[in-house]
Amino acid sequence: MSNPEQQSPDNMQDPHLILRIISKFLIPFIALFAFYVQFHGDFGPGGGFQAGVILAASVILYALIFGLDAAKKAFPPSWIRIGMTIGVLLYGGTGVLAWILGGEFLNYSVLAHDAAHGQHYGILAIELGVLTTVATVMVAIFYAFGSRQPDLQNEDW
Amino acid sequence: MDVLSLFPAWLLEHGAAFAIVLPLLMGAITAILPSRTLAWWTAFIVTLVVTVTSFGLVLNMLSEGATIYSMGGWDPPHGISLVVDALSAPVLLLISAMAVLTVVYGMPATVAEVEPKKRAPFYAAFLICFAGLMGMVVTGDAFNVFVFLEVSSISTYALVAMGSARDRRALTASYNYLIMGSIGATFFVIGLGFLYMETGTLNMADMARILADLDGGSRVAKVAFGFIIVGLGLKLAMFPLHTWLPGAYAYAPSMMTIFLASTATKAALYLLLRFSFTIFDPSFDYVGVLMKYLLVGVGIVGMIFASLQAIFQTDVRRTLAFSSVAQVGYMLLGVGLATAAGLAAGYLHLLNHAIIKGGLFLALGAFWYRFGITRIDDFEGLSKTMPLTMAAFTVSALSLIGVPFTAGFVSKVNLATAAADKGWWWAVGVIVVTSVLAIIYMGRILLLAYFGDAPEIDGEKAKRNEAPLMMLVPMWVLAIMSIAIGSNIFNLGDNFVGAAEAAARLLLGGGA
Repeated sequence: MSNPEQQSPDNMQDPHLILRIISKFLIPFIALFAFYVQFHGDFGPGGGFQAGVILAASVILYALIFGLDAAKKAFPPSWIRIGMTIGVLLYGGTGVLAWILGGEFLNYSVLAHDAAHGQHYGILAIELGVLTTVATVMVAIFYAFGSRQPDLQNEDW
Repeated sequence: MDVLSLFPAWLLEHGAAFAIVLPLLMGAITAILPSRTLAWWTAFIVTLVVTVTSFGLVLNMLSEGATIYSMGGWDPPHGISLVVDALSAPVLLLISAMAVLTVVYGMPATVAEVEPKKRAPFYAAFLICFAGLMGMVVTGDAFNVFVFLEVSSISTYALVAMGSARDRRALTASYNYLIMGSIGATFFVIGLGFLYMETGTLNMADMARILADLDGGSRVAKVAFGFIIVGLGLKLAMFPLHTWLPGAYAYAPSMMTIFLASTATKAALYLLLRFSFTIFDPSFDYVGVLMKYLLVGVGIVGMIFASLQAIFQTDVRRTLAFSSVAQVGYMLLGVGLATAAGLAAGYLHLLNHAIIKGGLFLALGAFWYRFGITRIDDFEGLSKTMPLTMAAFTVSALSLIGVPFTAGFVSKVNLATAAADKGWWWAVGVIVVTSVLAIIYMGRILLLAYFGDAPEIDGEKAKRNEAPLMMLVPMWVLAIMSIAIGSNIFNLGDNFVGAAEAAARLLLGGGA
């Protein structure tokens, strides 16, 4: 993982100069596109899951080009467990809020004075929860495979 | 009735959703809790609250009849519905009560078996698994069943693998279970896909109505039924598909073994009943034929073969695991009889076996906790060193064999009577023979424990070293339950039989 070339991207000898510059330019747009897919989700194709995968893809691209260590600085592994939890709680919390406001679980109609607005807010909130969980879990899977320990030795069994 | 009035109306109205949502959300919170003790308390309080809720739901079901809850305010068949009826309510109560007992037991057990930094995630995964099982049972939407099946299965794979701190074989057992479980879930979802293709709906009640209109449907519905039975068969450890079970039971952390043995296969069996009786109908020729020849066939073969395999195990956990496979055979025989009495007996055995096997694995976990015992040879003299634990083990073992005045006797007699009523005397014979096999495999453990001398450690006789109170209490609760069902103390026996008969009536379409 800790290849000296990867740790000095400004090195003029860097054989991946084009890759690095292009992806540096692209990664913000990939992340932005994730949010487009997220907020477009209630009008057309898209939604939290796809948005989460795209957002995670931007982190994974960063890790592929700049190395796992740099990616772990940009997106610390400690965020993962918190992100997974916050996502689930956002989703479930929307349902609990609907309960508190007197409706059935996840009945978004009670979230606003107008039932249609309530449905709108509700779906946005839960999709945001899905985005958070999916993005962090995708990154977690990538980190888990990327930083795998060497195989078990026979004497460990 | 007066007990029912103690429950808040909100809880009774929304209880079906509450029983899934509470463990699911608290599981997510538990995953980031900093303290292990706090994680245990969360798990304990959540399972206790859910048990109280399930109890309220059962009482409410008894007085008001079946209730249907519309998720998100979308009415079925378009929305997801949660159904609490005579079939699902007792299983809900069973799962949540077993969860409380295992969590109480888990306080000392996980300290000994799970790495410290993994204990909070352990309880988190446990709560999510619990939520998944509750969801599988309560949902009225066929696709939702698959979702909850995966929720519970995936957390179970992780939980089984956590036994690796004690025994590295847990990793291969968990991997084996993961592969088999995923194949099962895939078959199940393929079956659901075909069923959706045939009926165009995912709501169970709607599916049942459309299939009845189509008089069983085309070949698509037949294929769907086959896939669903194989998928569920893998999950419930139906005889030739049980190979994942002994490893998973033997090497999982003991708290997880207890929970798996008493709930996971039971929830899958519940789904088998749901699908083959309330969605499909035994009056369709292919369903009837499959139940009569396949379910009864593998049930009988499983009873004999798994009992024989149990006799030749050296590890007690594997003995009990193979015995579980054999007990699933009894339940399948009851299902395959497809009469009211047979179904009631199968359903009763489902409830009773959870209590019996839970008690046995609880005691076994305590033996490991004190002396590190898992092999049968090491049971020598255990009645002297751990008399109370061994007594609870003995009560549950007798119940497993089917000695009169225990729970096992009630369900076996009901099953034998049901088989005899149908004229299947050979099935009665098989029940008797496998009970004798059960005497052999449980008996040799009990013989060693009671008639052996306590082993010598460093030249001294091993001293009496009883299991901690938090292990003894759940163990004895289950042992006493076993006797109470068998001897009808507190009317418990009548209540269980009554619940099973109500479930059977619902399955055969006579209403709750």
